[in-house]
Amino acid sequence: MKHNINTMLGACAIGTTAMLIGMAVPADAETIRWARKADSLTLDPHAQNEGPTHTLTHQIYEPLLHRDMSAKIVPALAQSWAPTKDPTIWEFKLRKGVTFHDGATFTADDVVFSFKRAMKQTSAMKELLASVTDIIKIDDHTVHIKTKGANPLLPNNLTNLFVMDEGWSKKNGAADPQDFENGKNNHAVTNANGTGAYMITSRAPDAKTVLKANPKYWGRGKFPLEVTEIVYTPIKSPATRVAALLSGEVDIIQDVPVQDLRRVASDAKLKVVKAAQNRTIFFGMNVGDADLKSDNVEGKNPLADVRVRQAINIAINRPAIQKVVMRGQSAPTGVIMPPFVNGWTKALDGHPKYDVNKAKALLKEAGYANGFGITLNCPNNRYINDEAICQAAAAMLGRIGIKVTLDAKPKAQHFPLIKKKETDFYLLGWGVPTFDSEYIFNYLVHSTTDKLGSWNGTRFSNADLDKKIEGLASETNLDKRNKVIAEIWAVVQKEVLYAAIHNQVLNWGMTKRINFPVQPEDQPHFKYLKFNK
Amino acid sequence: MTTFIARRLLQAIVVLAVVALISFTMFRYVGDPIENILGQEATQADYNELVDRLGLNDPVPVQYFRFLGKALSGDFGVSYRQRRPVTQIIAERAPATLELAFISGLLALTGGIVFGIYTAINRDSYLSHAIMTGSLIGVSLPTFLIGILLIWIFAVELKWLPSFGRGTVTDLGWWTTGLLTISGLKSLILPAITLGLYQLTLIMRLVRAEMLEVLQMDYIRTARANGLPERKILYSHALRNTLIPVISITGLQFGSIIAFAIITESVFQWPGLGLLFIDAIQFVDVPVMAAYLMLIAVIFVIINLIVDILTYAVDPRARGTQPGSTP
Repeated sequence: MKHNINTMLGACAIGTTAMLIGMAVPADAETIRWARKADSLTLDPHAQNEGPTHTLTHQIYEPLLHRDMSAKIVPALAQSWAPTKDPTIWEFKLRKGVTFHDGATFTADDVVFSFKRAMKQTSAMKELLASVTDIIKIDDHTVHIKTKGANPLLPNNLTNLFVMDEGWSKKNGAADPQDFENGKNNHAVTNANGTGAYMITSRAPDAKTVLKANPKYWGRGKFPLEVTEIVYTPIKSPATRVAALLSGEVDIIQDVPVQDLRRVASDAKLKVVKAAQNRTIFFGMNVGDADLKSDNVEGKNPLADVRVRQAINIAINRPAIQKVVMRGQSAPTGVIMPPFVNGWTKALDGHPKYDVNKAKALLKEAGYANGFGITLNCPNNRYINDEAICQAAAAMLGRIGIKVTLDAKPKAQHFPLIKKKETDFYLLGWGVPTFDSEYIFNYLVHSTTDKLGSWNGTRFSNADLDKKIEGLASETNLDKRNKVIAEIWAVVQKEVLYAAIHNQVLNWGMTKRINFPVQPEDQPHFKYLKFNK
Repeated sequence: MTTFIARRLLQAIVVLAVVALISFTMFRYVGDPIENILGQEATQADYNELVDRLGLNDPVPVQYFRFLGKALSGDFGVSYRQRRPVTQIIAERAPATLELAFISGLLALTGGIVFGIYTAINRDSYLSHAIMTGSLIGVSLPTFLIGILLIWIFAVELKWLPSFGRGTVTDLGWWTTGLLTISGLKSLILPAITLGLYQLTLIMRLVRAEMLEVLQMDYIRTARANGLPERKILYSHALRNTLIPVISITGLQFGSIIAFAIITESVFQWPGLGLLFIDAIQFVDVPVMAAYLMLIAVIFVIINLIVDILTYAVDPRARGTQPGSTP
């Protein structure tokens, strides 16, 4: 019994201390509990080039420059940047007085080390640095990045390239990104040492990650930094994710399913915040082959005729898809480019009017008065309601006599069909991380070669257009460059290579206690979050 | 006995090799892991280089024997998705699944026996009818629906229990447990009910049927005629004979509890092996899928072996016929 009393006293003492400590913490100590569909795959900043992974990494590590909550490029570890007199060299002035979480000072050596690490064979970020030939330290706070030819858009490629501490990485055997072969664990996969506003306190992959505010963060006074602790839990099942928000177990969720938006918005304590997402959904068509495998027309390719593609384009009732399939959560468009991207115009964005009779007339003109049959390949677990979009489109095309056989598959089986050119008619979604048209052209319009056009499933090939696209990479006169971009878009639209459907809309569900805009790349940066007082 | 066990072990090895072969052939049709690993910006050269590095160009038999060879030395490779050694990931995840399976197994067993006896003895009471009707729900509703229903009632409406996760876990170094904290225990309730409900109703109906049968037996009637107290007749004579088939069924069901945990774990975001497997399928994380399937096969084989040995040891009739044939 005596023992018990002692324990109780001890517990009381601990309780009192805890209360005292609790009182000592400033009143604005705030925890944010955050959930989304998928967890970050690794803490190694160069091992995966993928949204949820980058989002978590952004809280811990920092790039030279980053996109803020409105996706505008702002300085991070670099304070300023500009091309030098030699247009193939960019100069970056680095921020002074920055330290890593373990106390080490941030210098140009760390930048050089990190970029070289990101360019290694086992790195997933190397493609973004494909134009970089060398990175040189000039002094402790200046680096030069050399590119193959001029690269006026180099900064756009650097917003997800994080800087690690050279000393820490080398000491812990993490000088290379994780490899698949050696079977050993890379220290940087489960540990982190960045310069960011938050430091990792615990992490259980796919279960729970806890971050706390970095007391020595350089941005104190520059950012709200009202969140002092982040508890991040992936919740895979959509119903459970919404339930967790409704029950108050989490404060903010990304990926609110469209069918639950009204339920969340009608809750007295919650709100839904929306923004246009950097992702367009569209159909691709095989315009290049002489005959199609997946149609019922012998010896001919109906999609090679531009009139057929025009017919398909105007037979898709975009407002109906928006209203019925997406429950209003999409922005119909006529071009495969979200509105933030350089090269976007309102005219391009306008989608063609839905017109069954004109579509039928076009088909008749092309010699397909009775229509034809074709297979549509569609993913079923990648985009918002992807399979339902395909079902709706199949029914709409049926009205003009095109009998669509729908083949919906998981993304892991769908995407190889496009890349291996085994589909003639497919659904694809595309985001533009560089916010410039060149990125779209490089992957979706340029003929498929070793380096470019890897996602161009249309088999479209135009040597003249290819040359124009390649020229964009090194054109330093931005007006001239924008003119070429407009010319390329004119061809893409005239040829109807793709039938654009809509841009996705992001919905974040959150407690009314916070004031937090939706970031177009779906990347919440919690250092910007404010509490409503 | 020794030859019997040796023979069963030999059979077990063949079973494992076949499971590995079947899963290996299946992986070809799950999708292309390289796409997922490299992301959208990869070039054809990167693609070819990685296919080469992972040895995916080799014929399937070569890959299969390479996998078996490494697996024998305990090396299951590196996860494509998390880029960490598979054995390490599985060791991290196994406690969550085993704890959940154990608790729901226990729940199913005790609940099933108690309700089974009650409904057998009080066949016509209102409570018995209510329990029997309620048990129909457990058998007929799909697991994910029960899970979502429980979340809706107890997490969203009543706010008594958490809707996801394991709560606060205690790390013992080689094992993580949620049994030592209040939030861990609270988190366990809904998933354990969801996972165990089907087995509970199964055991309950089995106990009830067996009990009713046993109560008709001559020796029970003799005991009654001899004036033994009803309590003694029910709990020490009838129940003991009822439990023999229940124990062997429970053993076999434990394996399927672990396998069925996939659905419960994804509804409750329970960070166990089932959730890991679902994620692995979507990412075409072949090393994790292979290791998981092998592990489940091993668990089933071991449980079967134990049940066989128990039957062999306990039931004299089993020894006369072909050893190992269980109903």
